[in-house]
Amino acid sequence: MSITQNMLHAMVKNKIEFVTTVPCKQLSGIIELLEKDERILHVPSNKEDEGMGLCAGAYMGGKRPCIIMQNTAIGVTINTLVTLIQYYRMPLPILISYRGEVGEKVQCQVEMAVHTKALLEQLKIPTYHFHEPNDANEFDGILNHTFMAKKPVAILTDANFWSSIS
Amino acid sequence: MIRADILKEIIPVISDKLVVSNIGLPSQELHMLDDQPTNFYMLGTMGLASSIGLGLALSQKETVIAIDGDGSVLTNFGTLPTIANNVANNFILLIIDNGSYGSTGDQPTYTGGKTSLAKVAEACGCENVVECKASETKEILEAAIQEKKMTVIVSKCQSGNIPVPVIDIDPAVIRYRFMEEIKARN
Ligand SMILES: [Mg+2]
Repeated sequence: MSITQNMLHAMVKNKIEFVTTVPCKQLSGIIELLEKDERILHVPSNKEDEGMGLCAGAYMGGKRPCIIMQNTAIGVTINTLVTLIQYYRMPLPILISYRGEVGEKVQCQVEMAVHTKALLEQLKIPTYHFHEPNDANEFDGILNHTFMAKKPVAILTDANFWSSIS
Repeated sequence: MIRADILKEIIPVISDKLVVSNIGLPSQELHMLDDQPTNFYMLGTMGLASSIGLGLALSQKETVIAIDGDGSVLTNFGTLPTIANNVANNFILLIIDNGSYGSTGDQPTYTGGKTSLAKVAEACGCENVVECKASETKEILEAAIQEKKMTVIVSKCQSGNIPVPVIDIDPAVIRYRFMEEIKARN
């Protein structure tokens, strides 16, 4: 099974039925798979805080959500994470393309990468970093943990993690 | 008419419906006038009432009414193309457009100037957009619920506020009772 299929399989296994995305080059493979999969409703959003609003609504409507976005969006979503997702005690897996790490070609991406883990730590968001392709096997357990804990949980996926498919 | 007058008029129509209401005074007014487990009060996060409402409408069968404001729609303009392109016929976005940021001291918004939210919604691809006078809101909202077509209503009213108490319900309780009600109805 490819990484993207493995990740999608974990989502379906954990009964995720609503996914919103703002694209990133690293995430194009998984977004393409999601769009085709009839078990999951894919609603692209224009900005990541909007996406988190959609996820909050889906969760309250009985569908487990997930948001897929780039780490550059963490700044955009801080208020929403704190005053909506955390304040109302909602679960939200946040699958994040961790741009600006080793292997990055766009210099500017490094600027946000250096703040990514510090911001997540400051927000007390449980954070997992996928670096090796095999780390995808952890996704199932992390998703299960997220819905048990009713918290936002960040899964950072770097260039090395995705390298086997690009 | 001001926002509170519109809310008073539409309460018989929305009381047993799932309502997501905008941060600040709109939520506080609705809470004071007709607190229901079917109301989801936003206590923070300006701009996301329409997004939460759409996500909810796409995920279950009951009619969902998001009560939003002009300032909040302006701050989350990206919501309108998402609404237009992901049609949920059980979703109504009611924008109470008083041309001002009511909760922060009635500073003017651009909708009191040159900007038409109804035209923006149409340009974004929303197919049923109705702009109305405050006094017509109840009738138009009732019709939209009956028609079961996704509708954006822009209700133009005066700015102004009434004194209201703060909402002293824990957010987890607001969310929990809302979800229990949704589960029971689906
Ligand atoms: Mg206003």
